Amino acid sequence: MSGTGNTIGTRGLVLNEPLIFEQGSPGRVGYSLPPVDVPEKKAEVLIPKRLLRDGIPGMPEVSEVDVIRHYTRISQWNYCVDLGFFPLGSCTMKYNPRINEDMARLPGFAKAHPYQPEELSQGALQLMWELEQYLAEVAGMDRVTLQPSAGAHGELTGLMMIRAYHTSRGNPRSKVLIPDSAHGTNPATSALCGYRVVPVKEGPRGIVEAKAVAEVMDNEVAAIMVTSPNTLGLFEEQIVEVSKIVHAKGGQVYCDGANLNSVMGISRPGDCGVDVIQINLHKTFSQPHGGGGPGAGPVALKKHLAPFMPVPTVEKKGNRLTFDFKRPKSIGKVRAFAASFGVLVRSYTYIRSMGSAGLRRASEVAVLNANYIQSQLKGTYHLPYDRHCMHECIFTDALQVRHDIHTVDIAKRLIDYGFHPPTIYFPLIVKAALMIEPTETESKETLDQFIAAMKQIAREAQENPDLLREAPRNPKVTRLNETKAAREPKLRWRPTS
Amino acid sequence: MRYIPNTDADCKAMLQAIGVQSVEELFADIPAAVRLKRPLKVPPAMAESEVARQVRALADKNANADRYSMFLGAGCYNHFSPAILNHLVLRGEFLTPYTPYQPEVAQGTLQALFEYQTLICLLTDMEVSNASMYEGASATAEAALMAHRITGRSEVVMARAIHPEYRAVTRTYASQLGISFREVAFTEAGVTDIGQVRKMLSERVSCLVVQSPNFLGVIEDLTPLGEAAHAVGALLVVAVAEPVSLGIVKPPGECGADIVTGEGAGLGTGLNYGGPAVGFFATRDKFMRQMPGRLVGETEDREGRTGYVLTLATREQHIRREKATSNICTSESLIATMSAMYMVTMGPQGLRDVALLNLRKAAYAKERLAKVRGFSLRFTGPTFNEFVLRTKKKPGEILKGLLKRQIIGGLDLGRFYPELKDCFLVCVTEQNSRPEIDALAKALGGGR
Repeated sequence: MSGTGNTIGTRGLVLNEPLIFEQGSPGRVGYSLPPVDVPEKKAEVLIPKRLLRDGIPGMPEVSEVDVIRHYTRISQWNYCVDLGFFPLGSCTMKYNPRINEDMARLPGFAKAHPYQPEELSQGALQLMWELEQYLAEVAGMDRVTLQPSAGAHGELTGLMMIRAYHTSRGNPRSKVLIPDSAHGTNPATSALCGYRVVPVKEGPRGIVEAKAVAEVMDNEVAAIMVTSPNTLGLFEEQIVEVSKIVHAKGGQVYCDGANLNSVMGISRPGDCGVDVIQINLHKTFSQPHGGGGPGAGPVALKKHLAPFMPVPTVEKKGNRLTFDFKRPKSIGKVRAFAASFGVLVRSYTYIRSMGSAGLRRASEVAVLNANYIQSQLKGTYHLPYDRHCMHECIFTDALQVRHDIHTVDIAKRLIDYGFHPPTIYFPLIVKAALMIEPTETESKETLDQFIAAMKQIAREAQENPDLLREAPRNPKVTRLNETKAAREPKLRWRPTS
Repeated sequence: MRYIPNTDADCKAMLQAIGVQSVEELFADIPAAVRLKRPLKVPPAMAESEVARQVRALADKNANADRYSMFLGAGCYNHFSPAILNHLVLRGEFLTPYTPYQPEVAQGTLQALFEYQTLICLLTDMEVSNASMYEGASATAEAALMAHRITGRSEVVMARAIHPEYRAVTRTYASQLGISFREVAFTEAGVTDIGQVRKMLSERVSCLVVQSPNFLGVIEDLTPLGEAAHAVGALLVVAVAEPVSLGIVKPPGECGADIVTGEGAGLGTGLNYGGPAVGFFATRDKFMRQMPGRLVGETEDREGRTGYVLTLATREQHIRREKATSNICTSESLIATMSAMYMVTMGPQGLRDVALLNLRKAAYAKERLAKVRGFSLRFTGPTFNEFVLRTKKKPGEILKGLLKRQIIGGLDLGRFYPELKDCFLVCVTEQNSRPEIDALAKALGGGR
């Protein structure tokens, strides 16, 4: 019944595994500690008894073997890049090189303390300084702060700097322009900075048009937040004109850099008039996603915004590198310590491994792979914007709806075929979108397998739509009741007794 | 390039299928004026062996806790990480998936995070935890914003004994929304001055934010602080920068805390030069829907089997847009999972034992160092694994002198507190042996 006999998706043995809290037995241990080599004073001698706790009821008592088995078993319920194709649009799920992991674990990085003296941290500072130069070059900007810990954190930092810039000129302004195709984080970020959001509609070609911006641009607009290439996978062709209009009224151009993977060495946001851009190291620069972080969102900026960068910045004085905290106009800090440093080590290693030509090649092949999928699935699925795309292509369920088959069914059926679904129902301006981003680290054979599966699914939609409605059948669980989860929130285990 | 499988022949076949001559044609939408007409000024590619040598050379320029006796803490603690943690987080199934948007193929990440949420609740004695924040300081900032949302009040009272970087980040975040701050001094015991707290609290105050053990190493008596805050309708926010302390110190949830935030990196995830780390964030059930960040909840599949999903997304940016409780999305799932692995490996006994070991070693060091001529304890309050030493000489010079003996002796407090410019902060964990502590005392002039 599954109809997936000839594809890579199949069934295998997975083991059931209860919550860790339902395992173990009193007195079982998974740890070892060295003997106490100092006087064994009682805790209540050192700390008043009323400030001490009795125990931690509910914590499991398990052995080391139990811990290994528990996490190994549940890990096998995950789909991941290491297992196969993960075409999640706007997320750039490329291969995560293992040399990067080794480098991040070198004791000189992994066991270095952020407050150890600068003269004993010159390697860390040099890595940060060099990474800043490389990221600035790729983005076409003057400076980069490495401090933000994720893309949305970078956005927030960038917008805070824009606010500080306007404030220093006498008026923080009150509005931010956001195109309809923006990432969902953009409006939330604007609100965190105290700005009101003014939406801007895309034109018929799927891009922001200069005249639409001109109509809403005024002296109260602090910035426009654009995404280029945008969430439709299209380059914002009018970005130069848009930037001129915004700059003419004193506004700033913020670019969401989530899609930088398509333009490395080909076009630079800074050359398009962008003033600030965040760079998602966990997308373009190969930091693994880890099931939702850690990431990092360095912010690249033009020099007029440099005085407002978070402290500290890394500065070079002769052969010596140093942290600069004396920046009176700085927005302050957005996290403790210098940065999510281990992430920086991975991206630095990646950039040095790829080199100048390799980064360009990555963007070229990423765009080629996306266009190949688009060309092969056109006709089988509805293509709302029929033109070449950048790093991702967008289809919809419009041709399948007549069989009462929807985007979610197509996505869930892909799981049975051994693929991670694309991003679905985003961007919101396309009805029931399937947003496919293959990245450069997939071979033609993998893309062909995916294309064949998508075509087979389209046939199934017509001939045996229940296969899709009941999908997925192969994973450990079938579709989960999300309504129940939200109506009766159960967010933790509780002891039954 | 070994990360790009497609050969020139593959590319040619694909171009043909698309119906274009070259990749260039695919970039035709980019205006010529903004095309880069030169190669990127980034060094050329390196072989794996070369890049490893290059990066190792940088790492070797740094001091690290294997080569130095490390007595620095101050929000980033040198704890032992059982070997299995690193092996487990390197499994591709945990390392390389995205945020679990497709729960049927992400049950591993989701169950691990559901367990993490529970473990944080047990450790802090709170009712509900989210699935992680970036790190301790921004988590604390988000707690202040949450208190502002709940109470509708725009004034924050914050202890001066909170980590200076947590204070700085909270100010950065909150000042965007016009929230104002008042800072409470610490006493000669090294604890937040409750008398001053009572004077500063009013019906304009959204929350009182304290840290315990605080930045000076002293354990705060949270219960009266909570009572004072609640008396004016304000919330008590407690930051915990050293989670290992919770193996033995009374948890904030038992002392009236409304929101508990903190840094989870102490739970076996490593120093990493300050990051990646993991912020934890826990609160009361009644405030669940005001929380920032991702939440994992239990549910059922169509066959009635238990499974887990991301839930209560109506709080979040992609649904609520500008009305969201936060803009946070990618946070620290893998590091949160690693800290959960640590808690599970240690268990209730291990967490207590490691905390007790920290307490005893630090107590030994405190007694030993306070007896060295020219040094004394600055504060009288009870401490966990950190304490402040006052010195007759300049702390900066003393610490510099110790480096020659491969000792990183602590933090010069003048950097953050002008009033403590004759003091430094010493941290002693289970990683510091008695001979190391004796060597520190001797280097400071303590003989033996």
